[in-house]
Amino acid sequence: MSNITTIPKPRRNVELLLLILALAVGVGANFLVGLDQDQALDSDFFVQGSTLIFLVFAVHIVLRIRAKYADPIILPVVTAMNGLGLAMIHRIDIATGDQAANRQLLWTGMAIAVLIAVIWLLRDHRVLRRFTYISLIVSAVLLMLPLLPGIGMELNGARIWINLGFATFQPGEIAKITLAIFFAGYLSTNRDLILLAGKKLGPLQLPRWKDMGPMVVAWLVSIGVLIFQRDLGSSILFFGLFMAMIYIATSRVSWILIGLVMIAFGGFVAFKLFPHVTARIDGWLNAFDPEVYNRIGGSHQIVQGLFGLASGGLTGTGLGQGRPDLVTFANSDMIIAAMGEELGLIGLSAIVMLYVLLVSRGIRAALGTRDSFGKLLATGLSFTLALQCFVVIGGVTRLIPLTGLTTPFMAAGGSSLLANWLIIALLLLISDAARRPAMTGPISSGQPRQRGLARIKALGSKPAKNQDPHRTVEVKKP
Amino acid sequence: MDDLVVTALRFGFLILLWLLIISIISALRRDLMIGKKDKTGAPTARQARKNPDLAEQHAAPPRVQAHRLIVVEGPLAGKTLDLAASPILLGRAQEATLVLEDDYASGRHARLFPQGSRWFIEDLGSTNGTYLGDTQLTRALPVEPGAPIRIGKTVIELRP
Repeated sequence: MSNITTIPKPRRNVELLLLILALAVGVGANFLVGLDQDQALDSDFFVQGSTLIFLVFAVHIVLRIRAKYADPIILPVVTAMNGLGLAMIHRIDIATGDQAANRQLLWTGMAIAVLIAVIWLLRDHRVLRRFTYISLIVSAVLLMLPLLPGIGMELNGARIWINLGFATFQPGEIAKITLAIFFAGYLSTNRDLILLAGKKLGPLQLPRWKDMGPMVVAWLVSIGVLIFQRDLGSSILFFGLFMAMIYIATSRVSWILIGLVMIAFGGFVAFKLFPHVTARIDGWLNAFDPEVYNRIGGSHQIVQGLFGLASGGLTGTGLGQGRPDLVTFANSDMIIAAMGEELGLIGLSAIVMLYVLLVSRGIRAALGTRDSFGKLLATGLSFTLALQCFVVIGGVTRLIPLTGLTTPFMAAGGSSLLANWLIIALLLLISDAARRPAMTGPISSGQPRQRGLARIKALGSKPAKNQDPHRTVEVKKP
Repeated sequence: MDDLVVTALRFGFLILLWLLIISIISALRRDLMIGKKDKTGAPTARQARKNPDLAEQHAAPPRVQAHRLIVVEGPLAGKTLDLAASPILLGRAQEATLVLEDDYASGRHARLFPQGSRWFIEDLGSTNGTYLGDTQLTRALPVEPGAPIRIGKTVIELRP
């Protein structure tokens, strides 16, 4: 874990310019999808466009006030992706007569409200370290909620939703954030133990059995999700998250090898024991077999998606001119196929590029921040986004079996949108801490001022809390 | 709608999409510091060959190994600790190796760890920062015996 220094500059104006461009992409896409059906300037378009512009500028202003040094790239990239997703959902609505885009807009509004609240109230990501073990408990509760009778519900074979009365929600989406907080807190505390203890076997340093505990817990969590909720995607995501974070914390290849062995074992057992996993892998390997294609829950969806991608070709059919609605779940699971069909390889690679930029900014924030908790958290969260993209896009393009993960920021689905904007809130805060100028000043003559919270000894872990950590040094004359 | 206009808009949108990406990357250019020399770290063998001064500068004299840690200033002044081969956690938390009774220290403030024949100090995301001499730590730095490490009101030094 190294540090890289940047010249501290807020760069909020750069963000504003990029934001205008990103909104042009998002709103422009929404305009184009209705153009062919003469629905380009209907009320939906105006409502969606103006709401998105309003929300995003609200975030921009909050960043100017509260997190001046936050990364200027993250918000425009996410805005462009959310706008593109909204446009494509709207486009499929026009074809199917649904109202998914307005629901997505509502969730976008809620997600951005949560993001603003987090940036406004949390201010410093290091506060989260106090909640290391609470996060573990919260994750466990969140993952178990869908299994409870009454509020838990099963949809399309996976039991990962809860019914809130007015809407359904996937608590597992939030659990990936709380798990990342737990892993970051745990690993930044116990890194030394894991690093130093253990036998050496050739070039590999094996960890002690005792330190394997959390790894086993992570493995059990992901296997538990797979067995009880029948959700292959989340199970891969949770395990991948932990493997990435422990590798980053210790830079030991042995952990990766142990993790891969565990995945191979778990995967093999799942393939043998659970029919839904077997069906997924069969639908992936023999996708073009007519028998598999026509089977219920067979490869119909993925093959239709591939046909869509093929008809898109290099430049795509143009927004609003393809038939992405032929694919089942075109606006959620398969939105990448819909994008590929209407924007072509050129457009799809631009979208992948946006994800690459987003993840790279997250990793950059991790490199820049000074505390190991922040480093681990930022890398873990960015890795979650990256892994999610890999699993979804890999699934749609038949590189790996298709699993039920959502495309971050694009796919229709409120819980995923909320969780991903929450990730962005944390990444923005960490990047703000990373890019903010380090405290400089006369050290021997003055002491940092102690205020309010400092007296609350019960908080224990960070008693000497400045109002603005790193930002100011105030000299107190004795 | 005219076919020509629709086609123009279709390609125009793809261009707009890539324009966004190109603007983002050009905004990043400064952040990536392309072409700037990395000022930190030891010179590589190649750099040393080209520029002999660089190598000499870094040929450090044989080091004195630190065996003791002593608190020079602060509430715990005078306290000493023998250094073993294991890392040392400094902070107010009870599990810390050296529990600092210092209101300006964080629970888990900093850690000292041995690597090779030297000790390194690393800040653990403390609120008020850790200082080695006059510089605030932004990464792990080697500590020579006698160099003051300041945590809140406490100053500690390593001694041979």
